[in-house]
Amino acid sequence: MALLKSDIDFMSARKRRITGTISAVMLVVAILSLAINRFEFGLDFTSGTLIEVGYPQSINPEDVRQQLISAGFEDAVVVAFGSDRDLLVRLPVEESADDLAAASAASSLGNEVLAALQEASDVPVEMRRSEYVGPKVGEELAEQGALALLVALGIVMLYVAVRFQYKFAVASVAALAHDVIVVLGIISLFHLTFDLTVLAALLAVIGYSLNDTIVVFDRARENFRTMRSTDSEFILNTTLNQVISRTFVTSLTTLLALFAMLVMGGESIRGFAVSLIVGVSVGTYTSLHISCNFLMYLKIDKEDLAVPIKEGEEVDSLP
Amino acid sequence: MLNKFPLWKNILVATVVALGLIYASPNLFPDDPALQISHENREVTDIDLGMATDALRAAGIEYFGDELTDLGGLIRFYSLDDQLRAKSTIEQNLEGDYIVALNLAPTTPGFLQAVGAGKMNLGLDLQGGVHFLMEVDMETAQRRRMENTMNSIRQELRNERIRSRNLSLENINLIEARFEDEESRSQARTLIRENFADLQVIAREQGGDYLLEMSLTAEDLDQMRQDTVTANQTSIRNRVDSLGVAEPVVQQQGPNRIVVELPGVQDTAQAKRILQRIATLQFHLEAEPGAPTTSYETYEYQGQRVNVDNTVILQGDRISNVRSALDQYGQPQVVINLDAQGGQQFNRVTRENIGNLMDILLIETRTRTVFEEDADGNVVERQETYEERRLISHAVIRAALGREFVITGLSQQEANDLSLLIRSGALAAPMYFIEERTVGPSLGAENIEQGSRAVMLGYLLVLSFMLYYYRLFGLAANIALVINVVLLVSIMSIISATLTLPGIFGIVLTIGMAVDANVLIFTRIREEIVSGLSPQNAISAGFDRAFSTIVDANLTTFLVAMVLFSVGTGPVKGFAVTLMVGIMTSMFSAIMVTRFIVNLMYGGRKVDKLSIGPFIKAAEAQG
Repeated sequence: MALLKSDIDFMSARKRRITGTISAVMLVVAILSLAINRFEFGLDFTSGTLIEVGYPQSINPEDVRQQLISAGFEDAVVVAFGSDRDLLVRLPVEESADDLAAASAASSLGNEVLAALQEASDVPVEMRRSEYVGPKVGEELAEQGALALLVALGIVMLYVAVRFQYKFAVASVAALAHDVIVVLGIISLFHLTFDLTVLAALLAVIGYSLNDTIVVFDRARENFRTMRSTDSEFILNTTLNQVISRTFVTSLTTLLALFAMLVMGGESIRGFAVSLIVGVSVGTYTSLHISCNFLMYLKIDKEDLAVPIKEGEEVDSLP
Repeated sequence: MLNKFPLWKNILVATVVALGLIYASPNLFPDDPALQISHENREVTDIDLGMATDALRAAGIEYFGDELTDLGGLIRFYSLDDQLRAKSTIEQNLEGDYIVALNLAPTTPGFLQAVGAGKMNLGLDLQGGVHFLMEVDMETAQRRRMENTMNSIRQELRNERIRSRNLSLENINLIEARFEDEESRSQARTLIRENFADLQVIAREQGGDYLLEMSLTAEDLDQMRQDTVTANQTSIRNRVDSLGVAEPVVQQQGPNRIVVELPGVQDTAQAKRILQRIATLQFHLEAEPGAPTTSYETYEYQGQRVNVDNTVILQGDRISNVRSALDQYGQPQVVINLDAQGGQQFNRVTRENIGNLMDILLIETRTRTVFEEDADGNVVERQETYEERRLISHAVIRAALGREFVITGLSQQEANDLSLLIRSGALAAPMYFIEERTVGPSLGAENIEQGSRAVMLGYLLVLSFMLYYYRLFGLAANIALVINVVLLVSIMSIISATLTLPGIFGIVLTIGMAVDANVLIFTRIREEIVSGLSPQNAISAGFDRAFSTIVDANLTTFLVAMVLFSVGTGPVKGFAVTLMVGIMTSMFSAIMVTRFIVNLMYGGRKVDKLSIGPFIKAAEAQG
């Protein structure tokens, strides 16, 4: 079985240059896309009104938009959603909706839109989903989301620093940041809607990618302690060859499950599934090529992982 | 090395799996759509139920399993459509104060119910319904309270003839009083200390004026905010009950928000109308015997008829605080505080009416469905709002009452209920909708279908791959994977977690990740064999050495899931919950259950070769 043939050279200077370049290109593309395209933020963050309606037969979004304009909803954006019989209507939050009372009144917009559509249509229009997010809530969700990402990265760094060593902590967080930026870049590049579920997917990517990296580091730690060689490059390369089979198998099973989600899950879960698929793929690459590179940059060596001498007694004996 | 579990480990695995099966099984019994019929002020009887079923038969709606339960009459239906049609049929035919609520009746067999096994809750995105997030307008509530306090202080100062130059509300938690000389200030200070114990008073001088700055302590502020939210929550709960919704959720979120979830509700406009209405209170005197019938209205109070005079002696908005407490003899009582103007007004009326009865009315605006014939003779539904007036207290005035008075002669429960009712009537602050999400029933059903198909396809793919790649060991991992989902579902059911669509995808994701532990172990076993260990030793070493890696990897993922749980709301929280539970169950199943099965396969005998997939070539390659 080829996957177990463990003589791949991951760590030579040439290989590291290549993977370093690939990552640099990915990061640059991602950051450029983030700067130019930015995100198409979902309702959770932009605030406003969204209503998904179903028609018994196929319907042209443009016709529906005209209906809405004549009903007085000039700002309405109408797009097809999933099938040609389902439409999404979006309305931005009004400027005046700063105070609670106005924001509260705006929450009935969804009902008004539905009424207008039912009025204008000869066939029954079904309300499938209607959402209103007030301006305050949108802002908070965005803040909380950003905070969650940072907190997650911070906690991970702390845990790895305690369980392993600070160089590992820095390397794993760098690897995670790398993954998160690439996934964000892809979301922005392909104009996927960035909403709460995508944020959840992003955190799951952190969890997954970390899982991979930890497995590598765990083995690296073991090897640094047990192998006779003092050549960090050799030790890390051996480690990667030992874990590569596991990394591929796990990524494959996870991707299989995610693929099932993408195929069967329907339109509303697409962004979630795509973010995870990208994240898991990039995470696999990162754990094999990037995280150990970082360790090398940080000049990891045997000393760093020598079994620590218990200092507890000394500290205790101090007055 | 024989690879046998000690007896206790075998028993542990068997017990956990058995418990998992028992507690997961209720999810196999789908609920019946049902209607629950109750009555505003009496028990529902067989006769009521008979009237309802007669109406259903007349309308040709199929039903079954009609019975009387603790909560009233229950009638089950074969479809959601029938349930909805039946609701309006019964509402049309049963006259009077009946409440017909949509419900889902469990079909779990009795022995499962007896051990407390229940189902996972379905999130709104799976069963349809509406989710509201409401914010209590705390600023208004606080300002109102401080204004009342300021007016009371002004009144007291005037009564005591203490001259003040100016009294103003500087901000929502700062009342400033200016005095010309130090003496008036110190008199005022004493007065305030005596009468407004909850105010913090600071004295200072400014531009020749003597100032008193009064504010609430942080603790009192928190208490006031919490009281206000609780009051609003109580009144929302009362009103939600009138909507006839099965299993509504009314929960506080954060310091000043309330989440309301109404499964099955589609008409959000009506729901909002009802939720936003604030109840009010009125104080009346008992009508004198022989008074003209036009001057009073008759109410029922604890089984007796009470004639309440029409004149309002005090409006509920004069109430500044309500609490239930114990008096000096340990008897429950309700303590009501009024603002200054209310106190004066109340004092005057009660002084003249010692020995008479005083009544408190709670007035709520509610909505009901009425059926009427339109011009073409069709029966149409119409929503009609009406005022419901309820007598909540009927007590003798024993002395002239002032700014603080008590209602006694109640049981502890009654005192609590009454103070809650008065609170919800008098203390509730305005509330606003800041988030609203509605999912139609068809989308909910679609989500369930798509979710379960994704789970099944995901399973099929992962199971086939594992079987192909790891042969017999793959089979062991697959059995563990199936047990993993049983355990996951059972734990979700036991903690009554809510399953949402992202939650289902969390399950899909854990399928992919759950095999990771087994992959780690199996890869390690292969490695150990390659490095020359005997099969039995390799199994043992593989499980042992992979263990710390598995724990590290899962713990970190668990930490991330916890972050997700703490910041997420609704569906995202559901995802985090399944992820966390999934990590725990997958560790158990991948380590303990797989080992158990592998031991069954290979333990305790001599083994030459392990069926763990084609790796010999690799061994050669390395050798």
